[in-house]
Amino acid sequence: MAIIAHPDFKRHMARRQWQGRAFHALCLMAVGVALAMLVLLLGYLIQQGVSRVSWDFINGFPSRNPDEAGIKAALLGSIYVVLIAAVVAFTLGVGAAVYLEEYASRNWRTRLVQINIANLAGVPSIVYGILGLEIFVRSLGLGRSVLAGGLTMGLLVLPIIIIAAQEAVRAVPRSVREGAYALGATRWQAIWHLVLPQALPGILTGVILAVSRALGETAPLIVMGALTFVPFAPDGPFSRFTVLPIQIFNWISRPQAGFHQAAAAGIIVLLILLLAMNAGAILLRNKFQRRPEA
Amino acid sequence: MQLSEHILQTRGLSVYYGTKQAINDVTLNVARNRITAIIGPSGCGKSTLLRCFNRMNDLVPRSRITGQVLFEGQDLYAPDVDPTEIRYQIGMVFQRPNPFPKSIFENVAFGPKINGFRGNLNELVEKSLVRAALWEEVKDRVNASALALSGGQQQRLCIARALAVEPRVILMDEPCSSLDPIATLAIEDLMRELSQEYSIVIVTHNMQQAARVSDYTTFLMNVENRGGQLVEFGDTRQIFTNPKDERTEAYITGRFG
Ligand SMILES: Nc1ncnc2c1ncn2[C@@H]1O[C@H](COP(=O)(O)OP(=O)(O)O)[C@@H](O)[C@H]1O
Ligand SMILES: [Mg+2]
Repeated sequence: MAIIAHPDFKRHMARRQWQGRAFHALCLMAVGVALAMLVLLLGYLIQQGVSRVSWDFINGFPSRNPDEAGIKAALLGSIYVVLIAAVVAFTLGVGAAVYLEEYASRNWRTRLVQINIANLAGVPSIVYGILGLEIFVRSLGLGRSVLAGGLTMGLLVLPIIIIAAQEAVRAVPRSVREGAYALGATRWQAIWHLVLPQALPGILTGVILAVSRALGETAPLIVMGALTFVPFAPDGPFSRFTVLPIQIFNWISRPQAGFHQAAAAGIIVLLILLLAMNAGAILLRNKFQRRPEA
Repeated sequence: MQLSEHILQTRGLSVYYGTKQAINDVTLNVARNRITAIIGPSGCGKSTLLRCFNRMNDLVPRSRITGQVLFEGQDLYAPDVDPTEIRYQIGMVFQRPNPFPKSIFENVAFGPKINGFRGNLNELVEKSLVRAALWEEVKDRVNASALALSGGQQQRLCIARALAVEPRVILMDEPCSSLDPIATLAIEDLMRELSQEYSIVIVTHNMQQAARVSDYTTFLMNVENRGGQLVEFGDTRQIFTNPKDERTEAYITGRFG
């Protein structure tokens, strides 16, 4: 064919192929750099901290002696805060998402709420700390307790869960709802028996994101007055508390090298906790995603 | 109460979606224990008309109706009527089979369960599947996923699901349009069978189908910009052999639509 024989075509073709290969290489390089950084970071952490990770470290309380310092109080504090936050944000978030998707009429007020939820997801976390301090710590009189911390963190991750749940609810096909309505189901029955079960895997994806975020956040808890030196495990919702990132930050800012090792060990524990919680949520999600046996 | 021969009736029914009118001043009677077909070019409001009979259009925001829809002589749109109450007396089968992502059993049991059925659920499920001519094919795997069935089986499952709440009317919106010819014939046989006990309204764009299965045929067509109007209603045989309106004749002989 005439076009293929044209010398311009061949020249262009060669250039296009070259461009394609160059772009491919660029992408590979980007992935490589990211991976290398991760490996470097992990390698450094492991080299610094792995020798300090032990049962005594996990089950011990902070100490002035770097080699005796343990992480129990912060680990439990983190777990409590994240669990409270997840439960609160899940309940409120799914409720809000169902309301917005299934009940609210499509008018400017709903749109305003929608835009503001998206905005809330972008508000700096320290602002939530101030909010938590005013509402939970002071107005509701919860004090600087692990409950107040969990509730504050719950507010912080609420928009993440609302948005994920809304998307999951929206993704349930209309034909399924119509099928239910056509059998005389009320709106609530259609939501409870069909929409929510189908949306659950997507909602749990939001929970995974939320948990990861809540586990790593420090600023709001510092603002609302979490402690940095806690020689006791939280013994109830009103107990004072600290969390892993605060403890780690505290150790890193000490001059002694022993505390730096403890910090690296703490980061390893934090990462393992993060992975464990995400794995739990993923398992849960896969369980719900499985269709009835075919 | 003396039952009239018409189970469903519309009186001067118009439907609007926002400012757009979808059907205009339709007056139509649906005979008891007969099959009534609604035919017409696409977009003429066939589905809209069908969805007035079980108030599914209530779910469309900004939709409204004028005129009346009567079920056993009672105004379906009267203020004290709860649409969910109507919908389990007037079942619906959709264009695309829409089984729930649950087991075959759970699909059929769904309607009875949500309507507070107390009785032998196993029996009811089996009876419904038998009536939908699906039991023989699925009796060994009622706990398998409904999504693993073929399209034709899924549609019969949807019919079984509708039958399980013991409706008096079954509305079908192009129930065979996504099925192959063999599955289509199976559904048509089933409809003839069901019309002994149920009143059936079927929307179809397939004129042979209307001619094959229905007792009465309604021809709708868009007139000006005011949505679909009832052009002609009559005995199916009369409509297809001796239409009174020339637009009906043009449509059934394939000159437009
Ligand atoms: N949910 C809706 N919102 C707005 N317009 C609609 C909606 N459903 C149908 N319509 C309009 O109403 C008219 C009739 O539609 P429909 O009843 O689906 O026709 P048919 O089933 O005969 O193809 C069409 O013009 C269609 O665009
Ligand atoms: Mg239609």
